[in-house]
Amino acid sequence: MKKIVSLTIALALCLVMASACFAEGETFKIGGIGPMTGGAAIYGTAAMNGAQIAVDEINAAGGINGAQVEFNAQDDTHVAETALNAYNTLKDWGVQAIVGTVTTAPCIAVSAEANSDRVFMLTPSASSTDVIADKDMMYQVCFTDPNQGIASADYMKANMPDAQIAVIYKNDDAYSQGIRDTFVSEAEANGQTIVYEGTFTEDTQTDFSVQVKAAQDAGADMVFLPMYYTPASVILKQANDIGYAPTFFGVDGMDGILTVEGFDTSLAEGVMLLTPFSADATDELTVNFVTKYNELYGETPNQFAADGYDAVYILKAAIEAAGCTPDMDAATMCEAIIGVMPTISVDGLTGQGMTWAATGEVSKAPMAVVIKDGVYALPTAEEEAE
Amino acid sequence: MKGLKKTMRVDFATYIGVTVAFVVMYLLQLGGHLSNSLSGQMVPICCFVSMAVSLNLVVGISGELSLGHAGFMSVGAFSGVIAGMSLADVIPSVPVRLAIALVVGAFFAAIAGFIVGVPVLRLRGDYLAIVTLAFGQIIKDLINCLIVGYDSHGLHIVFNVSGLKSVTDLHLEEGGKAIIKGAQGAVGVTKMASFPAGYILVMITLIIVLNMVRSSTGRSIMAIRDNRIAAESVGINVTKYKLIAFVSSAALAGAAGALYGLNYGSLVSSRFDFNTSILILVYVVLGGLGNIWGSVIGATVLYILPEMLRSFSNYRMLIYAVVLILVMLLTNNEQFKQWRENMAEKLGRGKRAEGGV
Repeated sequence: MKKIVSLTIALALCLVMASACFAEGETFKIGGIGPMTGGAAIYGTAAMNGAQIAVDEINAAGGINGAQVEFNAQDDTHVAETALNAYNTLKDWGVQAIVGTVTTAPCIAVSAEANSDRVFMLTPSASSTDVIADKDMMYQVCFTDPNQGIASADYMKANMPDAQIAVIYKNDDAYSQGIRDTFVSEAEANGQTIVYEGTFTEDTQTDFSVQVKAAQDAGADMVFLPMYYTPASVILKQANDIGYAPTFFGVDGMDGILTVEGFDTSLAEGVMLLTPFSADATDELTVNFVTKYNELYGETPNQFAADGYDAVYILKAAIEAAGCTPDMDAATMCEAIIGVMPTISVDGLTGQGMTWAATGEVSKAPMAVVIKDGVYALPTAEEEAE
Repeated sequence: MKGLKKTMRVDFATYIGVTVAFVVMYLLQLGGHLSNSLSGQMVPICCFVSMAVSLNLVVGISGELSLGHAGFMSVGAFSGVIAGMSLADVIPSVPVRLAIALVVGAFFAAIAGFIVGVPVLRLRGDYLAIVTLAFGQIIKDLINCLIVGYDSHGLHIVFNVSGLKSVTDLHLEEGGKAIIKGAQGAVGVTKMASFPAGYILVMITLIIVLNMVRSSTGRSIMAIRDNRIAAESVGINVTKYKLIAFVSSAALAGAAGALYGLNYGSLVSSRFDFNTSILILVYVVLGGLGNIWGSVIGATVLYILPEMLRSFSNYRMLIYAVVLILVMLLTNNEQFKQWRENMAEKLGRGKRAEGGV
């Protein structure tokens, strides 16, 4: 018994020691925070994998300003408290800038702390406006929720002006609720008709028969689904079961629906979604990234992976523009990067010519795609007119 | 120390131990010798120590199983955050506002505890476990429906049962601020909690719980735990004493929740789910049922452990579980118990000898 205990402790100590040590001031230390275990693990893991690929590429190509980059990804289990612990761990490690956090609620907590410590943060995918509110060191790679809601409403207005719209959203989720709020107010301003609104929560996202039936009864021919793809896949299945076939319209969280295990992808035929990233795009950058990601992690990257990848390159562009050196402390580097963020423009996986406002909000064009024969395709004029 | 009873010696040792630990850690923190990681964990540790000690009052001392302790923490956290945020203009002093927030948190959690306790504690059997389990879930969903904001006219509260309302339905005037945005939880909370405040909370919790246990109230509570029929036969009002233990425990959990809520920039109700309740129960069980200083140590060690295991990356929760199992095996091991008793005896003799000099 005692032997086992002492062996365990010895092993633990060895690992702790091994994880330390690297010469100070010769490398850029970039931290990553995201949920890598728990319910939201799929997002954090993807974003951190994407970021790691970018870091490896940068290092292979000679680093940033001639210095190599170290990347340290920490798990936050999608809990604000753990995220803050992860952040403090990164600070002990000597972090100079952070890619993260991946999800919204932890990001709000960490960015408040990082703001008073003056550590620059760039979140791949925390899309709420609360994330960037009142902080000058917090930038986003993804669209804000209001932008997605407004863009969706405007897209429908332009292409399907007479649609009878139903909205089903998750009202215990900041992301879903945020998009729904702006979508509804923009749709009202546009004079669009919303015939039904249905809600669900984390605990009820396995059965949507009530909501789907109600949308059908309300005569909706367009169903807006501002949610992640897991519940969306259930909705598509149940709508199909009762023979209800409206146009489904999703936002960036819908990306990934084609990779759900056990989901019949033919059900997703004709689903439209606004997404900044499509793994089937044929440009060189995307093809390269998708191939590498497939090789390393054995799956097709989703939008979070692309966001994480872009985040690292954006950070690289900013560090180069600001002329930062690896021996700077986090606060100095933070001020330098803040100074150049509004001036840089980056071409990435999730957008061409991305620029930033001083508020931290990104400006890039949303792209609407339609799922056709199991892959994303640009909507044709005929489908848009439907 | 010689004239004191053994229980009193243990109690004083607990107070002194906590105080010494606080002073050492606080001095290290002020001197900048503490890692950021550890110093960031001080406030949540204080909160969870307080949670564990208060839960021990119900589970260990009163002998009732409560599976919804995080629910009371949640009530305290959100009411404390509302109080702490909305009083910002009236009371500029942060420590005073924090104290008020803690009292408000304790008050609302006590009310919730009273509502749950009155019907349930009259029953025999495991009903408290069932009802508190449900209570934790209900609180989570209720808070998801809550939208709260404030402006110069005071607090605005909307209860979003239909799920169709949002912050705009608060009709806040210019300059008003939303505190709780329904399912998105409380965002933009100003951090008010500090390590000394956490220490004071732990001390207050310990003083209340230990004094209650050693008083006639505590003896009545334990008598009910040990033999309900015998206790009733000597005229002890069973429901009353059970309720005292349960409501005090809820109030202390509420205060701990308020401190916890005011330590982070954002707070979501899903943090206080069933898993959190079980986590606190684990602190109590591994620290020893009815053993107050055991809860203090259990909560501290088990809170720090997952953070210490960060270098194992994704395997850390696996290792955490293995450590929990090892601790359980070890504390039940006959040889270890023997060794521990021997050590205690030796130490006790040493102390007595010192006292004699």
